[in-house]
Amino acid sequence: MKKNSSLYVLFNGILRENPVLVLILGTCPTLATTTNVFGAFGMGVATLAVLICSNMIISLLRKIIPDSVRIPCYIVIIAGFVTVVQMLVHAFVPALYEMLGVYLALIVVNCIILGRAEMFASKNSVGKSALDGLGMGIGFTLALCAIATIREVVGAASFAGIAIPFLEPLKIEFFVKAPGGMVVYGLLIALVGRLTKGKSPKKKDFTCVGCPGMSFCTKSTCNVKKEV
Amino acid sequence: MENNMLHISASPHIHSGKSTASIMRDVIIALAPASIAGAVIFGLRALLIIAVCVATCVVCEYFYNVIVKRYQSAGDLSAAVTGLLIALNVPANIPIWQCIVGSAFAIILVKCVFGGIGCNLVNPAITARIFMLVSFGSMATQAMPKIVDVTAGATPLELIAGGETPAMKDLLLGTTGGALGETCAVALILGFIYLLARRIITWHIPVVFVASVFVLSYLSEGSLETALALVLSGGLLIGAIFMATDYVTSPPTAWGKVLFGFGAGLLTFLIRKYGVYPEGVSFAILFMNILTPYIERLTSHKIFGGVK
Repeated sequence: MKKNSSLYVLFNGILRENPVLVLILGTCPTLATTTNVFGAFGMGVATLAVLICSNMIISLLRKIIPDSVRIPCYIVIIAGFVTVVQMLVHAFVPALYEMLGVYLALIVVNCIILGRAEMFASKNSVGKSALDGLGMGIGFTLALCAIATIREVVGAASFAGIAIPFLEPLKIEFFVKAPGGMVVYGLLIALVGRLTKGKSPKKKDFTCVGCPGMSFCTKSTCNVKKEV
Repeated sequence: MENNMLHISASPHIHSGKSTASIMRDVIIALAPASIAGAVIFGLRALLIIAVCVATCVVCEYFYNVIVKRYQSAGDLSAAVTGLLIALNVPANIPIWQCIVGSAFAIILVKCVFGGIGCNLVNPAITARIFMLVSFGSMATQAMPKIVDVTAGATPLELIAGGETPAMKDLLLGTTGGALGETCAVALILGFIYLLARRIITWHIPVVFVASVFVLSYLSEGSLETALALVLSGGLLIGAIFMATDYVTSPPTAWGKVLFGFGAGLLTFLIRKYGVYPEGVSFAILFMNILTPYIERLTSHKIFGGVK
């Protein structure tokens, strides 16, 4: 697949650069909302919606936003969409709203959204940014659902809130608790690392150029890049 | 390069004759009295639990090493010690499948994933005990001794929390509720004396650990009898003697060990007194395991003539 084709951009986020399992972004909502498949899917879809919209708007405005104030501008745009999504969820899926609680509002500071704005949307066209948002959002949702399925089935003997009676005496509650989330998360990262062996981006690909902290970073390597 | 790190003094070196397997064999011998006491007090099911835990640990270690093509360490008895310790830390009425899950967790996720023997961050047996405690309700319902007529289901720690002091004879002989190997103080102290005599462990961690729990309990309870009962009950002795002294996860220097023992004692006391769980020994040891690298750095020997 050609590196700049639309399909490549779309599928990039699903496995090769999966935001949760390869880029290790958005760890906080991942661990917090994966005790239940329903909550995890809701979180994924809400983030997906915000990500597509914010990526498109930021890509549209990428030539207008001055470089020195870009982060506050991104935050304002993202916060606007998060508020819309929050109100919609509150109105139409109140059960999900109750379940996600503060984590719904905290999508504003989700690293994936800011990270994609900085790394992708601020440099690419509107169409590609929308596809990137879609791919990354689906990747996020799939990763969350995978973690949540393991945690809920093994730890609570239920799936999306529906009890599985024959697993009830065999449940291992450790997995719905925070340390269990860390363990499942780590195992899935290892699994994806194995599946994408040699194909996922190496650490050196993330140089200072794409780094959101470049403008205020004090590392010597960063300064060199800025001078260039 | 890495080999330089292992040389702690100039050659020639004398080999002590000890090996991992010989040390682990001594630990198993030291645990034998507690295992036998567990079988006598709680019935023959104790032996089944011990067999299942040891077998699961050794089998998991063997297959993990085969799958990841690593040096085969299943035969060095370290996995067997982990399994034995897990067995001694569970109540006699625990379902067998929970023993298997806990043992597999200890060996695969706590030990092997971090690089096998010598590379684990925390003690596998202690972590498995905590894993099982937060996972299974059966860990909280303690089995009652088979050889005496006891109907009340309270462990000594629960009795003390309720204002009673359990009889000293019961605590020493282990005829109280609790995990398989933790109740019989006499058997555990026998094991401690054996380990000291064979120079497998030094006295620092167990003595400082137990003494700090004793002193803090005395200061807070104001009664020598209650303080002594608190020291003899729960998992304190087995934890202090066999699990806090794990070479890999405790500091090597004498002062480091004293600091480790005191920290674990303080945390045990605080969790017992103010925490939601009745027993804090395992959490205290786990926490000090994590602090061990920092304690080591703090107490490392200054090399004579070395540059700072």
